[in-house]
Amino acid sequence: MLLIHCPYCEETLPEAEFAHAGQAHVVRPENPSAQSDEEWENFLFIRSNVKGPHYERWRHVHGCGRFFNAVRDTVSDRFLTTYKAGAPRPDLETLTGEVK
Amino acid sequence: MTRFNALNLLRHAMSGHKKWTEQWPDSQPKNEYDVIIVGAGGHGLGAAYYLATQHGITNIAVIDKGWLGGGNTGRNTTIIRSNYLYDESARLFDHAVDLWQDLSQELNYNVMYSNRGVLMLAHNVHDVQSFKRHIHANRLNGVDNRWLTTEECKEYCPPLNISDKARYPVMGGALQERAGTARHDAVAWGYARGAAARGVDIIQNCAVTAIRRNVDGSVAGVETEKGFIKAKKVAVSAAGHTSVVMDSAGVRLPLESYPLQALVSEPVKPIFPCVVMSNAVHAYISQSDKGELVIGSGTDQYTSYSQRGGLPLIEHTVAAITEIFPIFNRMRMLRKWGGIVDVTPDRSAILGKTPVQNLYVNCGWGTGGFKATPGAAHTFAWTIAKDEPHPINAPFNLERFRTGRLIDEAAAAAVAH
Repeated sequence: MLLIHCPYCEETLPEAEFAHAGQAHVVRPENPSAQSDEEWENFLFIRSNVKGPHYERWRHVHGCGRFFNAVRDTVSDRFLTTYKAGAPRPDLETLTGEVK
Repeated sequence: MTRFNALNLLRHAMSGHKKWTEQWPDSQPKNEYDVIIVGAGGHGLGAAYYLATQHGITNIAVIDKGWLGGGNTGRNTTIIRSNYLYDESARLFDHAVDLWQDLSQELNYNVMYSNRGVLMLAHNVHDVQSFKRHIHANRLNGVDNRWLTTEECKEYCPPLNISDKARYPVMGGALQERAGTARHDAVAWGYARGAAARGVDIIQNCAVTAIRRNVDGSVAGVETEKGFIKAKKVAVSAAGHTSVVMDSAGVRLPLESYPLQALVSEPVKPIFPCVVMSNAVHAYISQSDKGELVIGSGTDQYTSYSQRGGLPLIEHTVAAITEIFPIFNRMRMLRKWGGIVDVTPDRSAILGKTPVQNLYVNCGWGTGGFKATPGAAHTFAWTIAKDEPHPINAPFNLERFRTGRLIDEAAAAAVAH
């Protein structure tokens, strides 16, 4: 069972309270009608599927209900950090440096 | 390769079975191959076997970062079926089921294919309607599938609890009698032995670190832990690690890798005659020839490359099993494990050419790749040899995520993926 820190509730809680919500920082197109098929494919389907530190979204579905972002190592499943939606993407080197 | 037959068995019995030759040599990489296949699971080894037997290409290396058959081939719950809703899927999976029927004879290796039947239970009105629709669609496609009433389900699978007091009572089921199970390791071993006998090099414990491309963009070969190996063609069949390998060639795929777990019980005498699946309570169960109950769990909710997975899923799975089969509620579980499955947005595989010339990919099988092994390998070999899609794998191209022509088994859900 993963323990996940909700940056809104400021509490570390069991995985069962949360829902994984896919890759983070996938930017919705500003002008959808001007998108090419290739751009739609990238936006809708192509994912980075990182082996290692991965930026992803979670939702505190059985708590505050809010979406937030996390950096989790997909090899160890260890969370490096969680941060509020809209906050800038944290720098990976400082994160991994801190953990080790 | 010494053929397995009664005469040879007798002959080797005379020498105490000490003189059997090795089934495949532990090959070291040569400098160059016609075809390099990344990933020595059933799909990769099978493709090498069919390239050698049907297309006359034998200068092949199958390279794996671990031992052959040590990934998802050795980690799945061995269920084989073809009762998929869409025409494209039905053709591909039924092609595989056709090949499963006499695969042991073809390979001269007992893969222990057992068409003991796969029974999918319906627990609510929606299940009943949806399964009947599947049955009609399957029968129109010439795929075996029929409806069983609750009592007929009990007759087919006696351990089943059909009490109407159950939390999710059984309202009937869809039975595919041609479906069943096979010995998963034997599939990898049989294909490996057959391929190696025809000159294919199987290179184990040698991770492919990158795919190299020529200046014109076409494939040049692969970088491995044992150095660069040149290749005219490279075919990737690396399951959960396909994204990582393909990234190095500059090809980004619509894949996400999740842990999928399974578990087995302590071995007991034969009690469970078929395979039972229940989408509503999410349970998959059969009994292996060793006597263990083989139970399939679901994918974790988060992407991961850790071959473990979380315990909450196991708890959920065991709860589901004991709900449908109360007879098993005192049974002890022996071990559980995880495999990394590569899941596509439409839950259908990607099988064919890539934007890179002479680079091919067989991936995206998600939670159900084992059943497709012979069919996927057979058509993939065709595509590698001829550099064009096989009629059966053509719809499973990579372009469908751009054109929108998806094969949406995610929505059709022959199974809760």
